[in-house]
Parts: sequence; C-alpha cells; structure tokens
Amino acid sequence: MKNKKSFNFTFYLLIVPVLLWLVLLIVLPHIDLFISSFQVENDDGKMVFSLGNYIAFFSNQIYWLTFVKTAAYAIGVTILAFLVTFPIAFYLTKVISKKNAGFLILLLLIPLWVGELVTVYGWMVLLGDHGIINHSLMAIGIIDKPINMLYTNFSMIIGLLYMSMLFMVVPVMSTLESLDDSLIEAASDLGASKWTIFRTIIIPYSMPGIVSGAIIVFMLVIGDYLAPNILGGKSSLWFTEQIYNEFLSTFNWNEGAAFGFLLLMLSSGIIWIALKLSGQKLDKVGS
Amino acid sequence: MGNILEVKNVSKYFGDFTAVKDVNFVVEEGGFFSILGSSGCGKTTLLRMIAGFLHESEGEIIIRGESMTGMPPEKRPVNIVFQTLALFPMMNVRENVAFGLKRQKLSKDEIDSRVKEMLERVGLIGFEKKKVTELSGGQRQRVAIARSLVMKPSILLLDEPLGALDRKLREHMKVELKLLQKEIGTTFIYITHDQSEALVMSDKIAVMHEGKFEQIDTPRNLYKHPKTAFVAGFVGDSNRFELASQDGDTLTTNGGWKIAKPDVDKPKLMFIRPEALILYPSIDDKDIEQFEVTIKTILFDGSNTKLSTIVVGSNEELLISLPQNAQFENLEEGEKVPVGIHRNDLKCY
Repeated sequence: MKNKKSFNFTFYLLIVPVLLWLVLLIVLPHIDLFISSFQVENDDGKMVFSLGNYIAFFSNQIYWLTFVKTAAYAIGVTILAFLVTFPIAFYLTKVISKKNAGFLILLLLIPLWVGELVTVYGWMVLLGDHGIINHSLMAIGIIDKPINMLYTNFSMIIGLLYMSMLFMVVPVMSTLESLDDSLIEAASDLGASKWTIFRTIIIPYSMPGIVSGAIIVFMLVIGDYLAPNILGGKSSLWFTEQIYNEFLSTFNWNEGAAFGFLLLMLSSGIIWIALKLSGQKLDKVGS
Repeated sequence: MGNILEVKNVSKYFGDFTAVKDVNFVVEEGGFFSILGSSGCGKTTLLRMIAGFLHESEGEIIIRGESMTGMPPEKRPVNIVFQTLALFPMMNVRENVAFGLKRQKLSKDEIDSRVKEMLERVGLIGFEKKKVTELSGGQRQRVAIARSLVMKPSILLLDEPLGALDRKLREHMKVELKLLQKEIGTTFIYITHDQSEALVMSDKIAVMHEGKFEQIDTPRNLYKHPKTAFVAGFVGDSNRFELASQDGDTLTTNGGWKIAKPDVDKPKLMFIRPEALILYPSIDDKDIEQFEVTIKTILFDGSNTKLSTIVVGSNEELLISLPQNAQFENLEEGEKVPVGIHRNDLKCY
C-alpha cells in the first residue's frame, strides 16, 4: 500500500511539469491566439467575432503572395539543405574514421555556438559590396564592379541554409550510421553501379532520416525571422515579417494572430503532403 | 571438368600484417569447395579478394581462364552470400531477388520468370510480397542465396552464411545447401570455421591457418590422413600428446606413456582420435597397440559420449569414444579397461 502511494507521488511529480509546460506555454496561448484571430474591433472599440482578419489576408495580394513565396522558398531551402548536407553526412559516416568524424562534427557545430545573429552578421561581412568576397574577386581582377549579393534573395537563402543545415546533417547521419556496409557491397556484387547503389540503396535506406531532417529544416526556415529580415532586404519579404509588422508596427494583434495561424496551417499542411509523398510515417520519422 | 577458379600465389598484406600468404589452389567446375579455419585466419580476406572487394597484394586470381586483376566486383562473374546476409531491408522478397537482374536491363518478363523459378527452387513461393524483416532466419537465408543464384554466377561465394542460425536450423540448412548445390550445379566456395559444415557439404576442403593453406583434400582424407599437426588437431576431435623421447620404435610422451610406433623419426607431437580407440581389443592382432586405462569419469552426451581415462603407468589423460550399445553399459568409474589402437591411427608429427 505504502509502495503504491510513493509510486503515485513520483508519478505526479514527474508528470506535473510536463503538463504545466504543455498547458500554460503551448495549449493556452494557442487557444488565445486562435480566439483573437477571429475577433475584430467594432466602431465602439469592442471586440466582436468576425472572419475579417482572414478575409483581409485573402483579399490583399501582398499578403498571400508573401505567403506563397515563403512556402516556395522554404521548400527550396530544404531541398538545397539536403543536397548540400547529404554528401557531408555520407563522408562523415562512411568514408572517414570515427575519430576524425567526431572532430569534424564538432567543427560543424561551431555556428550553433555563436548564435544565429552573429552568423548572419558574419555573412554580411562576407557578402557586402565591400565585403571579403567582392574585395577578393576585384583584387584578382575577375570583376571590376562589386556584385550585388547582400540584401537579395541570394543572401537570404545563404543565411537560411547556413543556420538550418546542421539540423539536416544530424538525423541523416544517424540513419547512415545504421546502414550496414555489406548492403552497399551486396548491391555492388549484384552488378549495381555507384549511382544505382546511391539511388536504390542509400537514399531509400536513409529516407526516415532525410524526412525528419527536412521537417526540422523546413520548420526552422519557414518560421525564421532574422535571416530574411537582415540579409534579405526589401525585395525578399518573408511571411514572419508580415506577422511582426502586424504585431509591432500596425499593432493589429488580431490580424497578426490570424497570420500566425495561417503559417501554422501552411507548414503543417506541407509537412503532411511531404510525408504522404515520401511514404513515411510520422512516428517512424520522429524516432 | 575443367578448373573454374585458379588462385595463384596470392598474398595480401595490411601494413606489416600478412593476412593471406602465398595461397595456391584450383576449384573444379561444379565443385563444393570449403575453406575451413578459425576466425582471423585470413579466409574472409581471401573470399573478399575473389569477390573483388579487396585487391591481392601479390599473385593472381583467374576465373574461367580470365584474369580478375583490377576488375571491380560488379563486373566479376561471382556472387557472394554475406555473413550478415545483407538483404535490402526496404525491399520485399521479390525486389531483393530481382535486384541484380534489373541491373542487367533484362526485360520485365524475363526478370519475372527467373525470379519465380528461383523462388520456387528455394521454396519461397508465396513470400514474394513479404518484407525481408518479417521472415524467419532460415527464410532470410534462402532469400540471400536466391538473390545471388538468380544471377547465374560462375561461382557462388558463401561467407559463413549459417553462422547466425540456431543449431537445429543449421543442421537442416547444411543438408539443404548441399542438395541445392548438387541440383543446380553451380560451383560453391564456402568459408566457415565450423568443421562439421565443411565436412558434410564439401567435395574438397582447404584448411587455413595464419594466412596459409595447411592442406587441401577431400573431407575423408583430411580426417583420415591429416598432413600437418594443425590439421590433425583442428579437424575432428583428438587427444594431443607432446613427445619427450624416442627409443627405437618406442615413443615416450611427456606424461611418461610409452607406446610403439614404427617408421617415424623424432616426432614432437602425437594425435589420437577418441573414436579410433578400441575397447577390449582382440589380443592376437599384431597391428594393434595394446595398453590399459583407468576410467576417471564418463562424460555422457548421447551418441557423443566419451570416457575420460588415465593411461595406466603414466599420468596421460586419454579421451575414448564410448559407443552407446549394450556391450559397454556396465563400465564404471575407477575400473581398469584394456584398450587398443591401430598403429596407423597414431598420428605423429
């Protein structure tokens, strides 16, 4: 009897922080946001129920164009992140020794230690008109005018890629680590070329890792604010900037709440479609 | 029939370490050739060189008269069944078996008929759509063999494929593999550390030790006439004696046992198989060396029961196979028993 009681006590002790966290920091704010997204101020200054916030989104071209562009770019960055990091992950797990791999992974982590803001400013130093890249290119005489790289979609994509890449490397590496080398040898023994092995064995095998990495990268990118804001400049409006504007420039919190919900729907929708297309299950990807 | 595989003076070095040293052998077309050795003897290295995953440091491997030097694994007319089986986990049984054929760009009809024929042969019809992760150990084994055999290789290499199975299944698969090989006639090269697997299945066995071949022979000869001390100790069970001195025909072991063995010169070791010893031998056979032992314990193990004995007049221990028939039922511990051995069965090195 006594044992059972103490078990219950520990159980509650452990579950309470989790529940508090979930309810106070996730569920309640979302409910509040959800409710306020359906409210507008009437002429008397009172809050009333209305679909006005959502109607405003669809009737204003700039809003939903930004929305679509954000989604398209986020997908693009995710694909780029995969293309850039897959060879790295493969190299770290299958080509070099475990000891060297550990050191290189540590190097990969360095950008995370200094924080996104610092890396974003780092890219400004590199990409600016008088930055290191333009300066060096002019010094060796390849170009005579600086190339405009900063404050463009290009610089924004670089920034987004740089801060999210690592979150693709880690899950892909963990699936590649479990890939038995003899599978690759068996495929080669059965007459498969290097490219066929890559296409039919390595990629399908690491699909759960790729999809879970893609989900993380996509979420980080679509919800990022710093890189589009600082590196992106005027022409590359990100949907998070719209939300920021509603909350802090025009002080229309209800519109902002509606935008926030739309972004949540968008990213969940795209992930759902991506899971369906790749034939992966969320529980498998999550583990 | 001609030789399908010739291995000529092949050596493999990893830095200072010699994994395979000057190995020579030929395998006949349609044969079942085993390489038997304990782990780390270089047998896997040798197999991987034949498959093309490793390159020989010296020597040459010739398959069907064609040198394999510099030829990558995907171009060699050999296929390998891996120790881990290496089935593709994201594919079902059919896709696994069809993998190699698809790489050859064969028509869909031909792939289908060859896969079906092969699955029939290994008894996996009805399992086409199953994931390989859902199969039992024996079934996975068959998929791996089917996946390689469907390629119609000149030689099938098998790297201890039965190692992961439990004992009962292993006994069963041993017989099945042998029958399969007879039926399809493909040359098998089988590497194993399990002598029973090698003895049961093979036409020829090479015993490998520290990178070198000790003896290549038929299973019967290997057992009956081991050429080196290593083979005598490794293949089958043996009582091993270190010899201290020789006086004419009489050998004396370190433990003080004197036994006559003509026609040998200064041997260092003597091996006697437990099953070569005869309890209550007939007195008048001149070729049989006779002595007495004291039974220490009876080690009962069904058909494999042995007597642990001490040779009278020495402190040498001797294991003797005890046939499980009525004649020897009354033997008791502490009893003195006359024992004989044919002089040819005393193996001295």
